[in-house]
Amino acid sequence: MPDVSTEVAIATTTLGSAASSIDFTSISSAYTDLRLVLVGTSTANSTVAYRYNSDSGSNYSNTYLYGNGSSAVSGRFTGSTQIFTDPTTSMSTTIPNLIEIDIFSYAGSTYKTSLGAFSFDLNGSGSATRNVGLWRSTSAISSISIYPLGDTFKSGTTATLYGIL
Amino acid sequence: MDGNSAYDPGATWLIARVTATGGETSLTFSSIPQTYKSLQIRGITRRADAGSTIATDNLRFNGDTGTNYTYHSLTGNGTTASATWAGGATSDIVFSRGAGATATAGIFGSVIADIHDYASTTKNKTTRSFTGFDLNGSGNIYLYSGLWLNTAAITSITIYPNGNTIAAGTTYALYGMKG
Repeated sequence: MPDVSTEVAIATTTLGSAASSIDFTSISSAYTDLRLVLVGTSTANSTVAYRYNSDSGSNYSNTYLYGNGSSAVSGRFTGSTQIFTDPTTSMSTTIPNLIEIDIFSYAGSTYKTSLGAFSFDLNGSGSATRNVGLWRSTSAISSISIYPLGDTFKSGTTATLYGIL
Repeated sequence: MDGNSAYDPGATWLIARVTATGGETSLTFSSIPQTYKSLQIRGITRRADAGSTIATDNLRFNGDTGTNYTYHSLTGNGTTASATWAGGATSDIVFSRGAGATATAGIFGSVIADIHDYASTTKNKTTRSFTGFDLNGSGNIYLYSGLWLNTAAITSITIYPNGNTIAAGTTYALYGMKG
């Protein structure tokens, strides 16, 4: 099989003012996987979550693993209305956090699985979190909304969506 | 500036993709070009036979079935975080975990695995993978590191479920990353 240039930036946004969410819509079905990378801060130290296709039903779940500098912990959410990027730690208001979400076979007919990473260090606190998420829907993903719960992303927060062939 | 802008083909290239039809005991990437700096495997997996509730896919390189591998893992099972080691030299590297045959239809596990400097002829090969599955009430997440004690360049990769079978729809893609 000949080499095919693979990872393409589909869309990117950098907030010029605070926003309650960052949304990627009308996502092309031409790729195999999606990768969302967000670097940013929130206004009020809130947990960041994401949804697909505006589905706010209890169709999500995730299992997580994190280390907070003193202990390693695992937990899960079942029958959720969203997938949490880091269910135990809130986004910093000062030092940018890094969120990476890989979504597999997003345009296929199986349920949708994601692998996520939430990383930050505040020189005295911080955490490294990994999670696996599930959206119990066979619909192709055409939009993704990522948001700090009950809060806003600060100006300067940037997010890029990549398509991977 | 004279002339046209240089064409930038990007840094990541799809080398090959394989999708199981169901019942396979292995999937193989062969004749891997030696022109990249790193390899990445991305995929979704599920087990076909009903012997376990978890799919476990392993790696071997260049057809090496000897006890020339080892690995470590960090696991979260939704309740407890734990760390394990292969326990010594093994005949493969565990790298990808997915849903078992009895899981709700349509649920697969997923994996991203990296092999840096795969074409080196002076270094033993180190792998890392991030993998897991969620079944809405159960599921695990894993971080693996692996070692192939061999300095040969990697020319083939075999993915196999260690005596079990792969479910239809399981798909692995191999990417090359330019250095």
